[in-house]
Amino acid sequence: MADHDSLSFTAEHEWVRVDGDIATVGITAYAAEKLGDVVFVELPAVGSPVASGTVVGEIESTKSVGELFAPVNGTVTETNDAVVASPELVNSDPFGEGWLIKVAFTELPTLLTRAEYTALVGE
Amino acid sequence: MTDSTPTEKYSPLHQIHVDAGASFTDFAGWQMPVRYSSDLAEHHAVRTVAGLFDLSHMAEIIVTGPGAAAALDYALAGKISAIGVGQAKYSLLLTPDGGIVDDVVVYRTHPERFAVVANASNRFPAAAALAARASGFDATVVDESDEIALIAVQGPQALAIVESLTRVDGGLVLPVAPGDLKYYWSTLGSYLGEEAMVGRTGYTGEDGFEIYVSNDRAARLWNDLVAAGTDRGLVPAGLASRDTLRLEAGMPLYGHELSLHTFPVQAGLGRVVNLKKEGNFVGRAAVEAGPPEGARMLVGLRAEGKRAGRADYLVYSGDTEVGVITSGALSPTLGYPIAMAYVDPGVTEPGTPLFIDVRGTRIPATVVPLPFYKREAK
Repeated sequence: MADHDSLSFTAEHEWVRVDGDIATVGITAYAAEKLGDVVFVELPAVGSPVASGTVVGEIESTKSVGELFAPVNGTVTETNDAVVASPELVNSDPFGEGWLIKVAFTELPTLLTRAEYTALVGE
Repeated sequence: MTDSTPTEKYSPLHQIHVDAGASFTDFAGWQMPVRYSSDLAEHHAVRTVAGLFDLSHMAEIIVTGPGAAAALDYALAGKISAIGVGQAKYSLLLTPDGGIVDDVVVYRTHPERFAVVANASNRFPAAAALAARASGFDATVVDESDEIALIAVQGPQALAIVESLTRVDGGLVLPVAPGDLKYYWSTLGSYLGEEAMVGRTGYTGEDGFEIYVSNDRAARLWNDLVAAGTDRGLVPAGLASRDTLRLEAGMPLYGHELSLHTFPVQAGLGRVVNLKKEGNFVGRAAVEAGPPEGARMLVGLRAEGKRAGRADYLVYSGDTEVGVITSGALSPTLGYPIAMAYVDPGVTEPGTPLFIDVRGTRIPATVVPLPFYKREAK
Protein backbone atom coordinates (compact mmCIF):
# COMPACT_ATOMS: atom_id res chain seq x y z
CA MET A 1 0.00 0.00 0.00
CA ALA A 2 1.53 3.27 -1.13
CA ASP A 3 1.74 6.12 1.32
CA HIS A 4 -0.49 8.61 -0.44
CA ASP A 5 0.42 11.38 2.02
CA SER A 6 3.88 11.49 0.46
CA LEU A 7 2.42 12.13 -2.98
CA SER A 8 1.75 15.48 -4.57
CA PHE A 9 -1.28 16.13 -6.74
CA THR A 10 -2.48 18.38 -9.56
CA ALA A 11 -5.85 19.92 -10.33
CA GLU A 12 -5.86 17.70 -13.44
CA HIS A 13 -6.31 14.69 -11.15
CA GLU A 14 -2.75 13.42 -11.44
CA TRP A 15 -0.43 12.29 -8.69
CA VAL A 16 3.31 12.94 -8.59
CA ARG A 17 5.89 10.99 -6.60
CA VAL A 18 9.19 12.84 -6.30
CA ASP A 19 12.38 10.81 -5.92
CA GLY A 20 15.49 12.97 -6.31
CA ASP A 21 15.10 14.74 -9.63
CA ILE A 22 12.66 12.16 -11.02
CA ALA A 23 8.88 12.67 -10.90
CA THR A 24 6.72 9.59 -11.37
CA VAL A 25 3.26 10.52 -12.67
CA GLY A 26 -0.08 8.75 -12.73
CA ILE A 27 -3.77 9.58 -12.52
CA THR A 28 -5.68 9.43 -9.25
CA ALA A 29 -8.19 6.78 -8.27
CA TYR A 30 -10.83 9.51 -8.46
CA ALA A 31 -9.92 10.21 -12.10
CA ALA A 32 -9.79 6.51 -12.97
CA GLU A 33 -13.21 5.98 -11.42
CA LYS A 34 -14.67 8.91 -13.37
CA LEU A 35 -13.22 7.61 -16.65
CA GLY A 36 -14.47 4.08 -16.25
CA ASP A 37 -12.64 1.10 -17.71
CA VAL A 38 -9.46 2.34 -19.37
CA VAL A 39 -8.93 0.57 -22.70
CA PHE A 40 -6.13 2.57 -24.34
CA VAL A 41 -3.19 4.59 -23.08
CA GLU A 42 -0.89 6.67 -25.26
CA LEU A 43 2.30 7.93 -23.62
CA PRO A 44 5.06 10.24 -24.87
CA ALA A 45 8.30 8.80 -26.22
CA VAL A 46 11.19 8.31 -23.82
CA GLY A 47 13.61 11.20 -24.27
CA SER A 48 10.98 13.70 -25.35
CA PRO A 49 10.91 17.07 -23.61
CA VAL A 50 7.67 17.99 -21.84
CA ALA A 51 6.37 21.33 -20.60
CA SER A 52 4.33 21.67 -17.45
CA GLY A 53 0.60 21.99 -18.14
CA THR A 54 0.75 20.68 -21.70
CA VAL A 55 -0.94 17.51 -22.95
CA VAL A 56 1.57 14.69 -23.42
CA GLY A 57 -0.63 11.63 -23.60
CA GLU A 58 -4.15 10.20 -23.62
CA ILE A 59 -6.09 7.84 -21.43
CA GLU A 60 -9.18 6.44 -23.16
CA SER A 61 -12.01 4.55 -21.56
CA THR A 62 -15.01 2.96 -23.25
CA LYS A 63 -16.95 6.11 -22.33
CA SER A 64 -14.55 8.97 -22.85
CA VAL A 65 -11.05 10.33 -23.39
CA GLY A 66 -8.83 11.80 -20.68
CA GLU A 67 -5.69 13.82 -21.33
CA LEU A 68 -2.38 13.30 -19.59
CA PHE A 69 -0.80 16.61 -18.63
CA ALA A 70 2.88 17.00 -17.80
CA PRO A 71 2.98 18.27 -14.20
CA VAL A 72 6.59 19.47 -14.52
CA ASN A 73 9.06 20.76 -17.11
CA GLY A 74 11.61 18.14 -18.01
CA THR A 75 12.47 15.09 -20.09
CA VAL A 76 10.66 11.76 -20.14
CA THR A 77 13.04 9.11 -18.81
CA GLU A 78 10.73 6.13 -18.67
CA THR A 79 7.19 5.11 -19.61
CA ASN A 80 5.15 2.26 -18.21
CA ASP A 81 5.05 -0.39 -20.95
CA ALA A 82 2.94 -2.63 -18.73
CA VAL A 83 0.12 -0.09 -18.67
CA VAL A 84 0.25 0.32 -22.45
CA ALA A 85 -0.13 -3.45 -22.79
CA SER A 86 -2.71 -3.70 -19.98
CA PRO A 87 -4.54 -0.36 -19.68
CA GLU A 88 -6.80 -1.83 -16.99
CA LEU A 89 -3.90 -1.36 -14.53
CA VAL A 90 -4.94 2.31 -14.41
CA ASN A 91 -8.22 1.19 -12.81
CA SER A 92 -6.95 -1.68 -10.70
CA ASP A 93 -3.89 0.05 -9.20
CA PRO A 94 -3.82 3.74 -10.15
CA PHE A 95 -1.23 4.70 -7.52
CA GLY A 96 0.98 1.67 -8.09
CA GLU A 97 1.28 -0.52 -11.18
CA GLY A 98 -0.87 1.97 -13.07
CA TRP A 99 1.82 4.68 -13.05
CA LEU A 100 2.29 6.31 -16.47
CA ILE A 101 5.54 8.24 -16.96
CA LYS A 102 8.76 9.31 -15.20
CA VAL A 103 10.11 12.76 -15.91
CA ALA A 104 13.57 14.16 -15.03
CA PHE A 105 12.82 17.70 -13.94
CA THR A 106 15.01 20.72 -13.19
CA GLU A 107 12.65 22.58 -10.89
CA LEU A 108 9.55 21.36 -9.09
CA PRO A 109 6.50 23.62 -9.36
CA THR A 110 4.09 24.07 -6.48
CA LEU A 111 1.78 21.08 -6.42
CA LEU A 112 -1.21 20.21 -4.27
CA THR A 113 -0.87 18.30 -1.03
CA ARG A 114 -3.05 15.28 -0.51
CA ALA A 115 -5.31 17.28 1.81
CA GLU A 116 -5.65 20.03 -0.78
CA TYR A 117 -6.44 17.52 -3.52
CA THR A 118 -8.95 15.70 -1.35
CA ALA A 119 -10.66 19.03 -0.65
CA LEU A 120 -10.68 19.76 -4.39
CA VAL A 121 -12.54 16.60 -5.34
CA GLY A 122 -14.75 16.83 -2.27
CA GLU A 123 -14.16 13.28 -1.14
CA MET B 1 -39.23 30.70 -9.01
CA THR B 2 -35.98 32.14 -7.74
CA ASP B 3 -34.11 28.85 -7.81
CA SER B 4 -33.15 28.01 -11.37
CA THR B 5 -31.34 24.79 -10.47
CA PRO B 6 -32.97 21.97 -12.40
CA THR B 7 -34.66 19.42 -10.19
CA GLU B 8 -32.79 16.15 -10.04
CA LYS B 9 -35.04 13.15 -10.47
CA TYR B 10 -34.43 9.83 -8.80
CA SER B 11 -35.51 6.34 -9.76
CA PRO B 12 -37.57 4.43 -7.18
CA LEU B 13 -34.51 2.13 -7.10
CA HIS B 14 -32.05 4.91 -6.27
CA GLN B 15 -31.18 3.72 -2.76
CA ILE B 16 -30.60 0.17 -4.03
CA HIS B 17 -28.10 1.53 -6.55
CA VAL B 18 -26.36 3.62 -3.90
CA ASP B 19 -26.09 0.56 -1.68
CA ALA B 20 -24.70 -1.45 -4.62
CA GLY B 21 -21.90 1.10 -5.03
CA ALA B 22 -23.10 2.57 -8.32
CA SER B 23 -21.63 5.69 -9.90
CA PHE B 24 -24.31 8.01 -11.19
CA THR B 25 -24.69 10.18 -14.24
CA ASP B 26 -27.23 12.81 -15.15
CA PHE B 27 -29.47 11.50 -17.90
CA ALA B 28 -32.20 13.91 -18.98
CA GLY B 29 -32.36 15.28 -15.43
CA TRP B 30 -32.38 11.82 -13.85
CA GLN B 31 -29.60 10.56 -11.62
CA MET B 32 -29.12 7.08 -13.09
CA PRO B 33 -26.43 4.42 -12.56
CA VAL B 34 -23.67 4.78 -15.16
CA ARG B 35 -21.84 1.72 -13.82
CA TYR B 36 -21.72 -0.43 -10.69
CA SER B 37 -18.15 -1.65 -10.92
CA SER B 38 -16.87 -1.98 -14.46
CA ASP B 39 -18.43 -0.93 -17.78
CA LEU B 40 -16.64 -3.77 -19.54
CA ALA B 41 -17.62 -6.46 -17.05
CA GLU B 42 -21.25 -5.35 -17.21
CA HIS B 43 -21.13 -5.32 -21.02
CA HIS B 44 -19.65 -8.82 -21.19
CA ALA B 45 -22.14 -10.11 -18.60
CA VAL B 46 -25.04 -9.07 -20.85
CA ARG B 47 -23.44 -10.73 -23.90
CA THR B 48 -22.62 -13.98 -22.10
CA VAL B 49 -24.95 -14.30 -19.10
CA ALA B 50 -27.34 -11.52 -18.10
CA GLY B 51 -27.49 -7.92 -16.94
CA LEU B 52 -30.13 -6.04 -14.97
CA PHE B 53 -30.94 -2.46 -15.97
CA ASP B 54 -32.99 0.19 -14.22
CA LEU B 55 -34.73 2.12 -16.97
CA SER B 56 -37.28 3.85 -14.80
CA HIS B 57 -36.39 7.17 -16.41
CA MET B 58 -38.07 6.06 -19.64
CA ALA B 59 -41.44 7.70 -20.36
CA GLU B 60 -44.70 5.77 -20.56
CA ILE B 61 -47.53 7.59 -22.32
CA ILE B 62 -50.82 5.74 -22.33
CA VAL B 63 -53.32 6.20 -25.18
CA THR B 64 -56.80 4.78 -24.65
CA GLY B 65 -60.22 4.93 -26.25
CA PRO B 66 -62.22 3.75 -29.25
CA GLY B 67 -60.12 6.05 -31.44
CA ALA B 68 -56.75 5.21 -29.89
CA ALA B 69 -55.53 3.03 -32.77
CA ALA B 70 -56.59 5.59 -35.38
CA ALA B 71 -54.99 8.40 -33.36
CA LEU B 72 -51.67 6.53 -33.26
CA ASP B 73 -51.87 5.75 -36.98
CA TYR B 74 -52.05 9.52 -37.49
CA ALA B 75 -49.48 10.42 -34.82
CA LEU B 76 -46.81 7.85 -35.65
CA ALA B 77 -45.01 6.64 -38.77
CA GLY B 78 -46.09 3.01 -38.52
CA LYS B 79 -49.47 1.32 -38.87
CA ILE B 80 -50.19 0.88 -35.19
CA SER B 81 -53.78 -0.28 -35.81
CA ALA B 82 -52.36 -3.38 -37.50
CA ILE B 83 -50.67 -4.80 -34.40
CA GLY B 84 -52.55 -7.25 -32.26
CA VAL B 85 -53.12 -7.17 -28.53
CA GLY B 86 -49.82 -8.16 -26.92
CA GLN B 87 -47.73 -7.09 -29.86
CA ALA B 88 -45.11 -4.35 -29.68
CA LYS B 89 -43.85 -2.15 -32.50
CA TYR B 90 -40.86 0.14 -32.89
CA SER B 91 -42.03 3.43 -34.38
CA LEU B 92 -41.21 7.08 -34.92
CA LEU B 93 -42.92 10.28 -33.93
CA LEU B 94 -42.18 12.54 -36.92
CA THR B 95 -42.25 16.28 -37.26
CA PRO B 96 -44.41 17.74 -40.05
CA ASP B 97 -41.10 18.35 -41.88
CA GLY B 98 -40.13 14.67 -41.74
CA GLY B 99 -37.67 14.97 -38.83
CA ILE B 100 -37.86 12.82 -35.72
CA VAL B 101 -39.43 14.01 -32.43
CA ASP B 102 -38.63 10.66 -30.83
CA ASP B 103 -38.29 6.97 -31.48
CA VAL B 104 -40.72 4.91 -29.43
CA VAL B 105 -41.91 1.39 -28.74
CA VAL B 106 -45.69 0.96 -28.77
CA TYR B 107 -47.25 -1.92 -26.87
CA ARG B 108 -50.89 -2.80 -27.51
CA THR B 109 -52.04 -3.95 -24.08
CA HIS B 110 -55.79 -4.06 -24.88
CA PRO B 111 -57.87 -3.55 -28.02
CA GLU B 112 -58.32 0.10 -27.08
CA ARG B 113 -55.24 0.76 -24.94
CA PHE B 114 -51.64 1.37 -26.03
CA ALA B 115 -48.50 2.16 -24.03
CA VAL B 116 -46.09 4.39 -25.93
CA VAL B 117 -42.62 4.18 -24.40
CA ALA B 118 -40.54 7.25 -25.18
CA ASN B 119 -37.03 8.40 -24.31
CA ALA B 120 -36.65 10.24 -21.01
CA SER B 121 -35.06 13.18 -22.82
CA ASN B 122 -38.12 13.47 -25.06
CA ARG B 123 -40.83 12.77 -22.53
CA PHE B 124 -42.51 16.17 -22.71
CA PRO B 125 -42.22 16.79 -26.47
CA ALA B 126 -43.46 13.25 -27.14
CA ALA B 127 -46.38 13.51 -24.70
CA ALA B 128 -47.33 16.94 -26.04
CA ALA B 129 -47.19 15.79 -29.67
CA LEU B 130 -49.27 12.69 -28.92
CA ALA B 131 -51.88 14.73 -27.03
CA ALA B 132 -52.12 17.31 -29.81
CA ARG B 133 -52.30 14.70 -32.56
CA ALA B 134 -54.95 12.65 -30.71
CA SER B 135 -57.18 15.65 -30.10
CA GLY B 136 -59.27 15.04 -33.20
CA PHE B 137 -59.88 11.40 -32.24
CA ASP B 138 -61.93 9.64 -29.60
CA ALA B 139 -58.83 8.94 -27.54
CA THR B 140 -57.26 10.02 -24.26
CA VAL B 141 -53.53 10.56 -23.75
CA VAL B 142 -52.13 10.30 -20.22
CA ASP B 143 -48.45 10.57 -19.29
CA GLU B 144 -47.99 7.93 -16.59
CA SER B 145 -44.18 8.13 -16.52
CA ASP B 146 -44.05 9.25 -12.90
CA GLU B 147 -45.94 6.17 -11.70
CA ILE B 148 -44.24 3.45 -13.74
CA ALA B 149 -40.83 1.82 -13.19
CA LEU B 150 -39.03 -0.22 -15.85
CA ILE B 151 -36.53 -2.98 -15.18
CA ALA B 152 -34.84 -4.81 -18.06
CA VAL B 153 -33.22 -8.25 -17.86
CA GLN B 154 -31.03 -8.80 -20.90
CA GLY B 155 -28.77 -11.62 -21.95
CA PRO B 156 -28.77 -15.35 -22.72
CA GLN B 157 -29.87 -16.21 -19.16
CA ALA B 158 -32.68 -13.61 -19.07
CA LEU B 159 -35.37 -16.15 -19.91
CA ALA B 160 -34.38 -18.55 -17.14
CA ILE B 161 -34.25 -15.71 -14.62
CA VAL B 162 -37.65 -14.26 -15.51
CA GLU B 163 -39.14 -17.77 -15.66
CA SER B 164 -38.02 -18.45 -12.11
CA LEU B 165 -40.13 -15.52 -10.90
CA THR B 166 -43.22 -17.04 -12.50
CA ARG B 167 -42.97 -20.23 -10.44
CA VAL B 168 -45.23 -20.76 -7.46
CA ASP B 169 -44.65 -17.96 -4.93
CA GLY B 170 -42.39 -16.19 -7.39
CA GLY B 171 -44.73 -13.22 -7.41
CA LEU B 172 -44.94 -12.81 -11.17
CA VAL B 173 -48.17 -14.15 -12.66
CA LEU B 174 -48.38 -14.07 -16.44
CA PRO B 175 -51.02 -15.45 -18.82
CA VAL B 176 -48.26 -16.45 -21.24
CA ALA B 177 -45.08 -18.25 -20.18
CA PRO B 178 -42.07 -15.99 -20.76
CA GLY B 179 -40.53 -18.61 -23.03
CA ASP B 180 -43.61 -18.55 -25.26
CA LEU B 181 -43.40 -14.81 -25.79
CA LYS B 182 -42.03 -14.04 -29.22
CA TYR B 183 -39.61 -11.20 -29.89
CA TYR B 184 -41.46 -7.89 -29.76
CA TRP B 185 -44.49 -9.38 -28.04
CA SER B 186 -45.65 -8.66 -24.52
CA THR B 187 -48.05 -9.92 -21.93
CA LEU B 188 -50.01 -8.23 -19.20
CA GLY B 189 -50.02 -9.96 -15.82
CA SER B 190 -49.37 -9.12 -12.23
CA TYR B 191 -46.50 -8.89 -9.82
CA LEU B 192 -47.37 -9.15 -6.13
CA GLY B 193 -51.00 -8.50 -7.01
CA GLU B 194 -50.43 -5.35 -9.05
CA GLU B 195 -50.42 -4.97 -12.81
CA ALA B 196 -47.17 -5.78 -14.54
CA MET B 197 -46.35 -5.78 -18.24
CA VAL B 198 -43.58 -8.00 -19.55
CA GLY B 199 -42.23 -7.44 -23.06
CA ARG B 200 -39.67 -9.50 -24.92
CA THR B 201 -37.94 -6.32 -25.97
CA GLY B 202 -34.67 -4.57 -25.29
CA TYR B 203 -31.87 -2.35 -26.44
CA THR B 204 -28.80 -4.54 -26.18
CA GLY B 205 -28.87 -6.94 -29.13
CA GLU B 206 -29.47 -9.88 -26.79
CA ASP B 207 -32.57 -11.84 -25.89
CA GLY B 208 -34.26 -10.28 -22.93
CA PHE B 209 -37.29 -8.89 -21.18
CA GLU B 210 -38.49 -5.50 -20.07
CA ILE B 211 -40.79 -5.46 -17.05
CA TYR B 212 -43.03 -2.50 -16.30
CA VAL B 213 -44.40 -2.24 -12.75
CA SER B 214 -45.67 0.49 -10.46
CA ASN B 215 -42.97 2.45 -8.60
CA ASP B 216 -43.86 0.85 -5.26
CA ARG B 217 -43.22 -2.67 -6.60
CA ALA B 218 -39.93 -1.79 -8.28
CA ALA B 219 -37.51 -2.37 -5.40
CA ARG B 220 -39.02 -5.75 -4.58
CA LEU B 221 -38.90 -6.82 -8.23
CA TRP B 222 -35.27 -5.71 -8.56
CA ASN B 223 -34.29 -7.62 -5.44
CA ASP B 224 -36.22 -10.72 -6.54
CA LEU B 225 -34.50 -10.67 -9.92
CA VAL B 226 -31.09 -10.25 -8.27
CA ALA B 227 -31.88 -13.17 -5.95
CA ALA B 228 -33.03 -15.33 -8.86
CA GLY B 229 -30.18 -14.36 -11.14
CA THR B 230 -27.03 -13.97 -9.08
CA ASP B 231 -26.20 -17.67 -9.12
CA ARG B 232 -26.57 -17.62 -12.90
CA GLY B 233 -24.16 -14.71 -13.22
CA LEU B 234 -26.64 -11.83 -13.43
CA VAL B 235 -25.09 -8.47 -12.57
CA PRO B 236 -26.63 -5.01 -12.33
CA ALA B 237 -25.56 -3.02 -15.37
CA GLY B 238 -25.37 0.73 -15.88
CA LEU B 239 -26.00 3.11 -18.73
CA ALA B 240 -22.36 3.01 -19.88
CA SER B 241 -22.64 -0.65 -20.82
CA ARG B 242 -26.11 -0.10 -22.26
CA ASP B 243 -24.58 2.45 -24.64
CA THR B 244 -21.81 0.15 -25.90
CA LEU B 245 -24.27 -2.75 -26.17
CA ARG B 246 -26.75 -0.79 -28.29
CA LEU B 247 -23.91 0.62 -30.40
CA GLU B 248 -22.63 -2.88 -31.24
CA ALA B 249 -26.21 -3.85 -32.10
CA GLY B 250 -26.44 -0.87 -34.48
CA MET B 251 -29.38 0.64 -32.60
CA PRO B 252 -29.81 4.40 -32.87
CA LEU B 253 -29.83 6.67 -29.82
CA TYR B 254 -31.89 9.83 -29.92
CA GLY B 255 -29.65 12.89 -29.76
CA HIS B 256 -26.86 10.97 -31.48
CA GLU B 257 -28.21 9.20 -34.58
CA LEU B 258 -31.71 10.74 -34.47
CA SER B 259 -32.80 14.37 -34.29
CA LEU B 260 -35.51 16.81 -35.30
CA HIS B 261 -33.57 17.33 -38.52
CA THR B 262 -32.92 13.69 -39.41
CA PHE B 263 -35.17 11.96 -41.95
CA PRO B 264 -35.89 8.30 -41.09
CA VAL B 265 -34.35 7.11 -44.35
CA GLN B 266 -31.06 8.80 -43.46
CA ALA B 267 -30.92 6.81 -40.22
CA GLY B 268 -31.67 3.55 -42.04
CA LEU B 269 -35.21 3.60 -40.64
CA GLY B 270 -37.11 3.95 -43.91
CA ARG B 271 -38.76 0.60 -43.22
CA VAL B 272 -40.31 2.03 -40.03
CA VAL B 273 -42.34 4.54 -42.04
CA ASN B 274 -45.39 2.90 -43.59
CA LEU B 275 -46.23 4.90 -46.70
CA LYS B 276 -48.75 2.26 -47.74
CA LYS B 277 -51.07 2.91 -44.81
CA GLU B 278 -54.32 4.68 -45.67
CA GLY B 279 -54.94 8.19 -44.46
CA ASN B 280 -52.62 10.95 -43.54
CA PHE B 281 -50.06 10.90 -40.77
CA VAL B 282 -47.84 13.63 -39.44
CA GLY B 283 -44.74 13.94 -41.60
CA ARG B 284 -46.11 11.87 -44.48
CA ALA B 285 -45.76 14.48 -47.26
CA ALA B 286 -42.25 15.39 -46.17
CA VAL B 287 -41.12 11.77 -45.94
CA GLU B 288 -42.62 11.03 -49.36
CA ALA B 289 -40.67 13.97 -50.82
CA GLY B 290 -37.55 12.65 -49.08
CA PRO B 291 -34.54 14.44 -47.67
CA PRO B 292 -32.71 17.06 -49.72
CA GLU B 293 -30.41 15.91 -52.52
CA GLY B 294 -27.03 14.91 -51.10
CA ALA B 295 -28.30 14.32 -47.56
CA ARG B 296 -25.88 12.30 -45.48
CA MET B 297 -26.66 8.69 -44.63
CA LEU B 298 -25.91 6.65 -41.53
CA VAL B 299 -23.20 4.00 -41.92
CA GLY B 300 -21.09 1.79 -39.72
CA LEU B 301 -17.34 2.34 -39.56
CA ARG B 302 -14.75 -0.16 -38.44
CA ALA B 303 -11.21 0.95 -37.61
CA GLU B 304 -7.96 -0.79 -36.69
CA GLY B 305 -6.06 -0.51 -33.43
CA LYS B 306 -7.58 0.70 -30.18
CA ARG B 307 -8.36 4.38 -30.70
CA ALA B 308 -12.03 5.00 -31.23
CA GLY B 309 -13.76 7.76 -33.10
CA ARG B 310 -16.22 9.57 -30.86
CA ALA B 311 -19.36 11.64 -31.39
CA ASP B 312 -18.64 14.81 -33.44
CA TYR B 313 -15.28 13.58 -34.82
CA LEU B 314 -15.03 14.29 -38.53
CA VAL B 315 -14.78 11.66 -41.27
CA TYR B 316 -12.64 12.14 -44.37
CA SER B 317 -12.29 10.56 -47.80
CA GLY B 318 -8.74 11.44 -48.75
CA ASP B 319 -8.49 15.09 -47.75
CA THR B 320 -12.19 15.82 -48.21
CA GLU B 321 -14.49 15.99 -45.20
CA VAL B 322 -17.38 13.63 -45.95
CA GLY B 323 -19.09 13.06 -42.64
CA VAL B 324 -19.28 13.11 -38.86
CA ILE B 325 -19.43 10.42 -36.22
CA THR B 326 -22.53 10.22 -34.02
CA SER B 327 -21.47 7.38 -31.65
CA GLY B 328 -18.24 5.45 -31.29
CA ALA B 329 -16.28 3.22 -28.93
CA LEU B 330 -13.71 0.49 -28.79
CA SER B 331 -16.14 -2.42 -29.12
CA PRO B 332 -15.87 -4.56 -25.99
CA THR B 333 -17.23 -7.64 -27.77
CA LEU B 334 -15.37 -7.29 -31.07
CA GLY B 335 -12.11 -5.77 -29.82
CA TYR B 336 -11.78 -3.13 -32.52
CA PRO B 337 -13.08 0.45 -32.75
CA ILE B 338 -16.57 0.89 -34.19
CA ALA B 339 -18.62 3.98 -34.91
CA MET B 340 -21.83 5.12 -36.51
CA ALA B 341 -21.46 8.16 -38.74
CA TYR B 342 -23.43 10.29 -41.17
CA VAL B 343 -21.53 10.43 -44.46
CA ASP B 344 -22.06 11.82 -47.94
CA PRO B 345 -24.09 9.56 -50.27
CA GLY B 346 -21.06 8.80 -52.44
CA VAL B 347 -19.14 7.00 -49.69
CA THR B 348 -21.80 4.75 -48.10
CA GLU B 349 -20.90 1.47 -49.84
CA PRO B 350 -19.50 -1.20 -47.50
CA GLY B 351 -15.79 -1.51 -48.10
CA THR B 352 -15.27 2.19 -48.82
CA PRO B 353 -12.00 3.29 -47.19
CA LEU B 354 -12.32 6.48 -45.11
CA PHE B 355 -10.41 8.23 -42.33
CA ILE B 356 -11.52 9.35 -38.89
CA ASP B 357 -9.87 12.44 -37.44
CA VAL B 358 -9.10 11.30 -33.90
CA ARG B 359 -7.92 14.50 -32.21
CA GLY B 360 -5.61 15.45 -35.04
CA THR B 361 -4.56 11.96 -36.17
CA ARG B 362 -6.20 10.39 -39.22
CA ILE B 363 -7.15 6.81 -38.43
CA PRO B 364 -8.05 4.54 -41.38
CA ALA B 365 -11.59 3.15 -41.23
CA THR B 366 -13.79 1.07 -43.49
CA VAL B 367 -17.53 1.36 -44.10
CA VAL B 368 -19.24 -1.81 -42.85
CA PRO B 369 -22.89 -2.92 -42.74
CA LEU B 370 -24.90 -2.42 -39.56
CA PRO B 371 -25.25 -3.99 -37.06
CA PHE B 372 -21.68 -4.61 -35.99
CA TYR B 373 -22.79 -7.45 -33.74
CA LYS B 374 -25.61 -9.93 -34.13
CA ARG B 375 -26.25 -12.67 -31.63
CA GLU B 376 -26.22 -16.22 -32.92
CA ALA B 377 -29.67 -17.55 -33.70
CA LYS B 378 -30.69 -20.35 -31.40
